[in-house]
Amino acid sequence: MLNLSLVQLPAFSAAFAASLVEVVEAFTIVLAVSVVRGWWPAALGTLAGLVLLVVLVLTLGPLLALVPIHILQLSIGVLLLLFGLRWLRKAMLRSIGVIAMHDEARIFERETVELRRTAQASADWVAGIAAFKAIVLEGVEVVFIVISVGAGHGAAASQLLPASLGAALACVLVLALGFALHRPLTKVPENTLKFLVGVMLSAFGVYWTVEGLGGNWPGQDLALLPLAVTFWLLALAGVKYGRKQWQISA
Amino acid sequence: MKLLKAVLSEIFGLFVDDDRLALGVLAMVASLALALKTGLVPALAGPFLLIGCALLLIENVWRSVSAAQAQKAKGKRS
Repeated sequence: MLNLSLVQLPAFSAAFAASLVEVVEAFTIVLAVSVVRGWWPAALGTLAGLVLLVVLVLTLGPLLALVPIHILQLSIGVLLLLFGLRWLRKAMLRSIGVIAMHDEARIFERETVELRRTAQASADWVAGIAAFKAIVLEGVEVVFIVISVGAGHGAAASQLLPASLGAALACVLVLALGFALHRPLTKVPENTLKFLVGVMLSAFGVYWTVEGLGGNWPGQDLALLPLAVTFWLLALAGVKYGRKQWQISA
Repeated sequence: MKLLKAVLSEIFGLFVDDDRLALGVLAMVASLALALKTGLVPALAGPFLLIGCALLLIENVWRSVSAAQAQKAKGKRS
């Protein structure tokens, strides 16, 4: 039974929510491949992508232990800030209406049409590579999130296990739902998840950057909660004001 | 080679979508490092970075909304 402490919960939930979004996006492409060319190219492309990601983690993972803790925290913090604020900005602009919502059904249709246009002889290869590419591109994001939300404490108090469990749970959930429904998971509230992930990763980013630069936090990891709440409230207020402005011009 | 290029561009795109926001974040972190070196109380580092990043985000979103509005108005006129 999964038993998470209060300290492990932020790493677990951030990795779970972020991975859910990425796995849904990868699943849409893999499903399109399997519908057009059958399960073999889809499964082979997926497997090859997963192997590459595992090799990446096994090669780069141990190197993290060699990096001094403050440099590791600062690097992770800055990257998480860039990553989290980028997601939050996009989610805010989607909520306001400036950017169109991510539409899995449309992406599935586009990918299916593209794969059907491919010449018959090489179609299995092309389809397999499309699945491979989707897994690698979305998987790189999952790997980055798991490592960055999990490794900030250093090797001694690593949160990599809860972060990995969060990502694994998201994969299992999407695959189970995908197999059961056999269609793109259009009902997943992607923008709400992206909003939530943007808030959490931005909070993690501020936390680790400050730790890396030698600042300190009252309450240690518990400081993540008020950080996340501040980003969340601010983003909500920004969306509310932005919508008003956007509707005036409509 | 094409795939490697796509992966590298995806990795870059993970962190940089809007150049101004990314540069603003880097400038904010550099300012905090400098402030800590020149005597900022470590307990104030958190609020400093939080407020700075929050302001950068809000300014960026408002600027994007204004730019999209201007684009839309231009489209209506033509």
